[in-house]
Amino acid sequence: MTDSLQITGAGTSLHTTPAAQRRLRRRYAAERRFKALGLFAVLFGLAMLAFLLTTIVSQGYRAFIQTHVSLEVYLDPEVIDPRGTADPRDLARADYQSLAENALYGLFPAVEASAERRALRGMLSQGAGLELRRRIQNDPELVGTTLELQLLVSGSVDQLNKGVFDLESGRRLPVSDEQIGWFRELEAQDRISAPFNWGLFTRADSREPELAGLAGALQGSLYLMIVTFVLSFPLGIGAAIYLEEFAPKNRLTDLIEVNINNLAAVPSIVFGLLGLAVFIQVFGLPRSAPLVGGMVLALMTLPTIIIATRASLKAVPPSIREAALGIGASRIQTIFHHVLPLAMPGILTGAIIGLAQALGETAPLLMVGMNAFVTSVGDSMTSPATALPTQVYMWADSPQRGFVERTSAAIMVLLGFLIVMNALAVFLRRRFERRW
Amino acid sequence: MSFSLTLGVLLLLSAAGYWVGRSRAANLVARGSGRLHSLPSYHGFYVALWAGIPAFVLLLAWGVAGDRIVEALVLAGLPDAQTATLTNSERALLLAQIRNEAAGIGFGTPEPFVAAAAERLVELRSFSAWIVSAALIAGALAALAWALRRLAPDLRTRNGVERTLRLAMALCSALAILTTLGIVLSLIFEALRFFARYSPLDFLFGLQWSPQTAIREDQVGSSGAFGALPVVWGTLFISLIAMLVAVPVGLMSAVYLAEYATPRVRSWVKPVLEILAGIPTVVYGFFAILTIAPLVREAGVTLGLSVAANSALAAGLVMGLMLIPFVSSLSDDVINAVPQSLRDGAAGLGATRSETVRQVVLPAALPGIVGAVLLALSRAIGETMIVVMAAGLAANLTVNPFEAVTTVTVQIVSNLTGDTEFDSAKTLSAFALGLLLFCVTLCLNVIALGIVKRYREIYD
Repeated sequence: MTDSLQITGAGTSLHTTPAAQRRLRRRYAAERRFKALGLFAVLFGLAMLAFLLTTIVSQGYRAFIQTHVSLEVYLDPEVIDPRGTADPRDLARADYQSLAENALYGLFPAVEASAERRALRGMLSQGAGLELRRRIQNDPELVGTTLELQLLVSGSVDQLNKGVFDLESGRRLPVSDEQIGWFRELEAQDRISAPFNWGLFTRADSREPELAGLAGALQGSLYLMIVTFVLSFPLGIGAAIYLEEFAPKNRLTDLIEVNINNLAAVPSIVFGLLGLAVFIQVFGLPRSAPLVGGMVLALMTLPTIIIATRASLKAVPPSIREAALGIGASRIQTIFHHVLPLAMPGILTGAIIGLAQALGETAPLLMVGMNAFVTSVGDSMTSPATALPTQVYMWADSPQRGFVERTSAAIMVLLGFLIVMNALAVFLRRRFERRW
Repeated sequence: MSFSLTLGVLLLLSAAGYWVGRSRAANLVARGSGRLHSLPSYHGFYVALWAGIPAFVLLLAWGVAGDRIVEALVLAGLPDAQTATLTNSERALLLAQIRNEAAGIGFGTPEPFVAAAAERLVELRSFSAWIVSAALIAGALAALAWALRRLAPDLRTRNGVERTLRLAMALCSALAILTTLGIVLSLIFEALRFFARYSPLDFLFGLQWSPQTAIREDQVGSSGAFGALPVVWGTLFISLIAMLVAVPVGLMSAVYLAEYATPRVRSWVKPVLEILAGIPTVVYGFFAILTIAPLVREAGVTLGLSVAANSALAAGLVMGLMLIPFVSSLSDDVINAVPQSLRDGAAGLGATRSETVRQVVLPAALPGIVGAVLLALSRAIGETMIVVMAAGLAANLTVNPFEAVTTVTVQIVSNLTGDTEFDSAKTLSAFALGLLLFCVTLCLNVIALGIVKRYREIYD
């Protein structure tokens, strides 16, 4: 000790030489750089998440309102019911679109040339006629009266109203200059409104963006979730109980265990191939059906549920089992009456997380054909359907400008469901988790 | 009678069986015929299982095989003159025609024998459905009655019910093996059919991929070439770009969160970053085509480069984004598993924090980090929606990230969606690619899980 003091003594310590101080400064600089790099990495990840979400929301919020034009439509008996029979079949067949178009022509008496008229009526959506038909079918007494109605405008006029188009850019727009002029006039007459778009949730898919809604996809996803839950929840719990409580330690159960861990990491599209080759080809189940999609998703969700269930079973202390066995319960009774109820919150949490993953899964659904274009809400588990993520995929592929906001809105709905499910899982864990 | 209706009736019967069995058992006690060996509810379950399970299994079997049997019967009933000369595929075609005719979606006026067969098919279908449903329900009733008669105070119903339950649970866990077996067998079976037409060597090492096969004999330029190398390269290339984003960012944020961040920051940032992992991949795909691809194109144009609309770079960048939380949370786990004593030792020697991390913690955690990276790579290779939406369709052997390349998963999706006949080389090639994908990801997973597991054992 004293030796070293002598060597470095009197202010010329090894650590205070200029070279040493330079070295130290360099090392501290490296330290600051490294820390800054780490902070940058974290901020980069967060920034990208924020970027992604703001992109989606800034596009998607527009789809939650829909432009309407208010028109006084004369419900001409000559057009609706020329024979005067009030026969529902006649009422269903009439050319309602022309009624709405006539009302629009009435506002612009100067427009007479047929090409101009075509442009003018192009501003109305086909949904206008559908709305008129619905009104008449609900109340045939209305024939012959004049109604003031809020009718859908076409997808491109809707985009114009929402300010999506850059009018100064000089690029070709889906709306002509004339249409823009007419639109401004309608706006000046206070006929343009943009109420909340209930149609997004009540209509099924359509080729026209202003008519396309998520009802079919929501129902398809609901069916998928039901099938997935009904299959994977009991099967997963059964498998986990067997592996955790009963399985003898041998090579077969080892194999099963390795298998389950690997299944959790198999690419989802491979499950889709399995569904296509086995459920559709071999079993002859129908294509595009929620039943088949749900079966594939159930197979994918099984490993998640098994792993979660085994973890929660393991967390139940042995004293519970011993107490139950001690008062004469059989092993099955011990598990089903005592261990399983205590493990349930954990199992449910795992199941909900697994279902949330399944809800967002797209690739295997494409393989079993669940990207069907269906313009009505499906009626059974075996009729062709689509689901939320496949609807996103299909709309993202559609060329019209109006589908960009619809796609983003569909994503917002999908993310909304995922947030709710994950929040529920977190709530369950916080509320019911017991530490022994 | 429909499948679901029969199923419903069977369920009701089963429930009724439980109720009757339980009350019968309770009566046995009340009448004083001795003490029950098992609780009354077990007697109920005993009857319910007898009523439900055999009929349910038979119903499932009929649901799978019933249509086949009926159709085989119809085909066998056709006049010999029509079927004697048919090859297998012609027979399948004829069957499809009869099926369509029976469903009322037939095309044109069918030949009389087809129309007759269609009628017979409809008849047989409804007839067989009635017969089977009636037989199953009668059988279930009989089994219920039989089980009821057997009930006695000393009947060991609990043991029987518990044995059945245990068997059912064992079957559940066998499902995991069955799934893997199903995947492997279906992929191998379809891939073998593909390799019967196209040599496996050409498939693995060929440089030309153009899966369009001629629909007509005289069509030009679509003979169909299935050399998978460009497709495999595209997959690896995009995955490489993704890893170049995900590994540094993920690893550095894991290091920051584990070594520098205060617990408060950590408890907020970690779950928020993990949101990135919870976002469905189709959303990333849309983000790629909506935002990143135009950005990449603009960047390329300002640099004076020509950029494809669906460049490998855009797809790779977005995929990298998706993998950040995957790499970071796995690395976080292994970094936290490094014992504190190693850090304390380094600090005691005068090392700064970054020196500790770089020279002590990271080397100690290296095997785990390699495992994490391999798992992420396997994710990247198997990822589908991002590349289906943002990468190209044409196979392209290039190292230019601004050009479009295609991937294994993109080819699987594009060859199997749309209206293609199931027997063509194009659709079958998707299964060969699927087999390749499965093998590669399986190897990566096994190696990665092995590394991670062995590493954990050292420090625990």
